[in-house]
Formats: sequence, C-alpha cells, structure tokens
Amino acid sequence: MKKHLAAAVAFAALGCGTAAMAQTDFSAELKARQGQFRIMAINLGILGGMAQGKTEYNAEAAQAAADTLVAISMVQQTPMWPAGSDNMSIDGTRAQPTIWEQNDDFLSKWGDFGTAAKAIQAAAAGGVEGLGPVMGQVGGTCSACHDTHRAPAN
Amino acid sequence: MRRGLVLGALGIAAIAAAGFGVTSATPIDSSPLAGLAGDPAKGEIVFIASGCASCHAAPDTEGDAKLVLAGGQRFASDFGTFIAPNISSDPEAGIGAWSLEDFASAVKKGVSPDGQHYYPAFPYTAYSLMSDQDVVDLWAFWQTLPADATPSQPHEVGFPFNIRRSVGVWKLLYMTDDWVMAEAATPEIELGRYLVEALAHCGECHTPRDALGGLDRSAWLAGAPNPTGRGTIPSLTPEDLTWGPIEIAYYLETGFTPDFDSAGGHMVAVVENFAKLPASDREAVAAYLKALP
Repeated sequence: MKKHLAAAVAFAALGCGTAAMAQTDFSAELKARQGQFRIMAINLGILGGMAQGKTEYNAEAAQAAADTLVAISMVQQTPMWPAGSDNMSIDGTRAQPTIWEQNDDFLSKWGDFGTAAKAIQAAAAGGVEGLGPVMGQVGGTCSACHDTHRAPAN
Repeated sequence: MRRGLVLGALGIAAIAAAGFGVTSATPIDSSPLAGLAGDPAKGEIVFIASGCASCHAAPDTEGDAKLVLAGGQRFASDFGTFIAPNISSDPEAGIGAWSLEDFASAVKKGVSPDGQHYYPAFPYTAYSLMSDQDVVDLWAFWQTLPADATPSQPHEVGFPFNIRRSVGVWKLLYMTDDWVMAEAATPEIELGRYLVEALAHCGECHTPRDALGGLDRSAWLAGAPNPTGRGTIPSLTPEDLTWGPIEIAYYLETGFTPDFDSAGGHMVAVVENFAKLPASDREAVAAYLKALP
C-alpha cells in the first residue's frame, strides 16, 4: 500500500512536471509562428516561380497565393510571441530579444508586410509583368524585419 | 590565435619602424584623372554598387536618409572596433573640402589627404580596381549629396594596431592590382568580376582572412566566420552555392532564396543596393559566381 502511494506520488509529480514543461517550452507558439512563415514561403514560391519564368503564369493560382499572403498578414501576432520565447531563453528559435525590447518596431514591420501583401493581391491577376516589382517590395519587408529581429542561421 | 595576431602585428610595427620610407602613405598619381569629366548620374550607380551608404550612413537609417553619410556605424573585428567616419559633403566634419585627387587617393589607395593610411576596414583593397572614370563619376555624384556636421568618432583600436604606419606594411602584403579571376571568359563575366571583386567588395566578408586580417585569396569567396562573432558568412563557390544563375540574380533583386526564405544581416543592405542596379548587373554577378573554380 505504501509502495503504491509512493508510486502514485511519484507519478503525480512526474505528471506535474510534464505539465509545467508544456507551459514553458512554448512549443505550440513556436509551431504556430514558424508555420505561418512556411505558409508565406510556399505561396511566395508560387508567385516567385512565375516571376522568374520557372513556372507558367496562371492568374488564378497567382491570385490564390496572393490572397493567402494577405490572410496570413491578418493573423494577430502577439499571442504567438509570449515573453521568454526568444533565442536567448529557449532553443528552436531564431527570434531575437529585440522583438520584445522594440515591440512597436516589430509590429510595424509586420504591418509593412501586410501592406506589401495587399500590393501583390492587387497585382497578381494582372499579368506576370506586374509581379516583379511587388515581389521586390514584399521581399524588402521580409528582409527589413529579419535584419533586426532574426538571428543568423548558424 | 589572438597571441599570434599580436606577435604578428608587433613584427609589422618593427618592420614599419625600419622601413619608414616604404611604409609612408603616398597619394595617387593623378595624371590619369586629368581630362576626365564626371557624370553624376553614372556616379550614382557606382555609389550604389559600391555600397558606400550601407556603411557610412548613420546607424538605423532608411530610405533617403541613407544619403546623409554622417558615419557612426560600428564594425567589430579581431583588431578592435572601427567606427565609420563622416564622409558627407560637410567641409569640416566630412570631406566637402577635398579635391578629386584627395578622393581618388582615399578610395583607390587608402591614403588620407594629410598622408595617413586608412585602416582596411575601408575596402580600398577592392576599390583599388575601380576604373578612373568611375572614380571621377562617383566624385561628381558626391557633390550632390547633403552635408552633415556630426563629428567622426575615433576608432576603438588598441596597441599595437593603433600604429597607422603598420598599415603601410599591411598594404605591401595585401594590396594588389591583379584580379582574382585572371581571365574572364565573356564580357558578362568580366562585368560580374568588376562588380564582385571591385565595387561591391563581396570578398571582404565572403573570403576568409589570415592572422593579419588579409584576405586569403586562395580561398576566394569560400566563406568565412562572421566578423561580428556570430555565425558564418556562406561560401559562394559553385561547389557550395548550388543555386542557379536565375536564382542568384533573383536573390540579389528581392532577397528571396530559392526556398523563399529571405536575406538577413548585412546582406539586407547588399540586396537593397543590388535591387536598384540594372538586371544585367545582377545577371553578371551570377555569371561570375558560376565561373569561379
């Protein structure tokens, strides 16, 4: 009986421990925010492939990709970036502490991406010639944020 | 490593003291410049391709504010921290009082108007290959740039690297008028060579350095530790950089890699510049990189 109790206590302690871990490793937030960047990359790839002439231009596919970028730009960011989920605090992220230290700047750069995404949305169905300049614009907004707020890959 | 550096530099200082004449800073021979007329519009292209504003604009400036070359950005290295000086057209704080010869000596030889060596954080080892016409055009464009009265800050460089004479020996070791790619097979590759090796000074970050901070040209563009101490600057040799020419040119235009990640770090400034250049320039850089051994 005592043995069972001890085991139960140990089990409970283990359970608590796991629960506490789940609260502080931010795995859900990391998956969510990194996933949204993946969705962006996949759809930028569709548009960029057409702009580079690697794939044939298709107005409908271009529009769907651009609409998706706008949709992502409307996802609210703050809940995915909890304090303590920077690259100095945890593994598995390249998010610099500047995201929290200069949060207004971070959110304003995210807003710039939204503006550029709308420009792509407006241009996407109008022919491949229009894609080049707006892709440059959206690329500039990606880089502007990465320059400050994302750590180098290795 | 660090001890090696210090010993090496002490050695250099000793040689410098011995060879006083050899290490003195002599200005450029200005005769080839005589008779060349500067075109500011062409000079602006040289200015963008050479990335002048990327280092000499005040920290964290964007857009047209980047044309105010007030200096102040910090560049960490194994030898100390260099702080980009004011090179705006202000006659006191900047270089507004310089002559064309002063400017050409600084850009192509790393020599100041008062006969001092500049530290090679200023990439004159690359700019030495800049054509005379481009120097003259660049200076013509400079006359259109705004003045700023912010004083330059002294570099944070300790002994023995603060002995400017030693830079004279360094120049004897590392300054060359030869292209790394001796033969350019096509006019496009030749243009790419000029952009990569001279104006855009890509080798400054993408080529590893030896103990004295000179570029190891035998490992040209083969990648190097990031001078900020964090991460690595990637190799651009055909063996390592598997991107095709279209993808390289597209990266320089938009900042997008082939898998649509985007540029970060100092490459953001490089892409910002290349995006403003003609598409043929970006294609030439790609052709040059693909022609590397």
